[in-house]
Amino acid sequence: MSSGGANAPVVPRFRGGERVKVRRADVPGHIRTPWYIRGQAGVIERLCGTYPNPEELAYARSGLPAQPLYRVRFAQTEVWPDYAGDAADTIDVEIYQHWLEPG
Amino acid sequence: MRSHHDMGGLPAGRIQATEHEYALWEKRVDALMVLLSGAGRMTVDELRKNIEAIAPDAYDRMTYYERWIHSISQTLIQRGVITIEELARKIAQVEARPNERCG
Amino acid sequence: MHMHMHEHGNAPNLTYYQVLETAVRELLIEKGVLSAEAVQREVEKMDARSPAQGARVVARVWSSPAFKAKLLDRGNDALVDLGLERGPYKLVVVENSADVHNLVVCTLCSCYPRWLLGLPPDWYKSRSYRSRAVREPRAVLSEFGLELPGGVTVRVHDSTADMRYLVLPVRPANTEGWSEAQLASIVTRDCMIGVAVPKL
Repeated sequence: MSSGGANAPVVPRFRGGERVKVRRADVPGHIRTPWYIRGQAGVIERLCGTYPNPEELAYARSGLPAQPLYRVRFAQTEVWPDYAGDAADTIDVEIYQHWLEPG
Repeated sequence: MRSHHDMGGLPAGRIQATEHEYALWEKRVDALMVLLSGAGRMTVDELRKNIEAIAPDAYDRMTYYERWIHSISQTLIQRGVITIEELARKIAQVEARPNERCG
Repeated sequence: MHMHMHEHGNAPNLTYYQVLETAVRELLIEKGVLSAEAVQREVEKMDARSPAQGARVVARVWSSPAFKAKLLDRGNDALVDLGLERGPYKLVVVENSADVHNLVVCTLCSCYPRWLLGLPPDWYKSRSYRSRAVREPRAVLSEFGLELPGGVTVRVHDSTADMRYLVLPVRPANTEGWSEAQLASIVTRDCMIGVAVPKL
């Protein structure tokens, strides 16, 4: 989903406070979405900005169009079945938009 | 499949709160990365990708900057900045020098 | 590419990777990609960076509400006000409070706000820290000797992309009237990663 020319930055689709889910995908290459967070549901903490896609940059490609990057907040008790801390504890992970779906 | 470097959440032992004084050669590796990425000759994403490609047992045995210099040399070869033959010749030259002081 | 472990006949003091570093650096200099002087300058720049810089940021935040607002709102711009490098990545400052304690990790590699704190300690880059900080942060804090009071929420930050994190510790009681230099002196690197709190 992009506006303007082919390399114009992708328009952010999520806003702070929105519930999202991390895609449960298993793909080769250089991926910055940690294994432990795939398939997890969280809330957008903030839009960090748009950046060239590291998955492409890793292969000396341009990484354009730039992708929206979010900090997504997750409840630790949901991420880890045996989590031994407080119910309010959280983990924030920076995740690119193309790894997120509405939650 | 979870990649070897993608270790968040895996069981692991006690943290050894060790530190070490960085050796000159390590600081130079860091400097090479800063200069090469600043000059647009490689990206941190390629650095990471080539580190992630290191076989698991080697990844665990190598130190942090050993992984970096391995990755930097791989990236430069992939980018065509240096050739394998040039590197092999230069390595042989360096090794043949009498009693280089360890950096 | 398979690299062999060579015998280091006349260079017994150099490991394979030290030889590799020398070889790569010299090749790049010969090709005019970089200069020996530039390498030396970067080494010196890194030597000059230390957690003391981050400590100055924290001390200024504690002393100046206006600076705090600017730092929390515009991050890197505020660093320039202190004569510090803006830095190549966006700085996200995560603030501790009576109810919240923050901890920073990079599970995928070892991203760290180097331009502010210098090079990270070995343990930050270790398998143990990278694996466990996200899953059992309170046990990790205990290993560092930090026991949090009851009712404190722990927030972990996994630095997976282009943000870099600095924990803003709580200003200890009994520091009223302290100069910024005095305040900075109690802010250690470990406080700014989140495995410690300032001690008087």
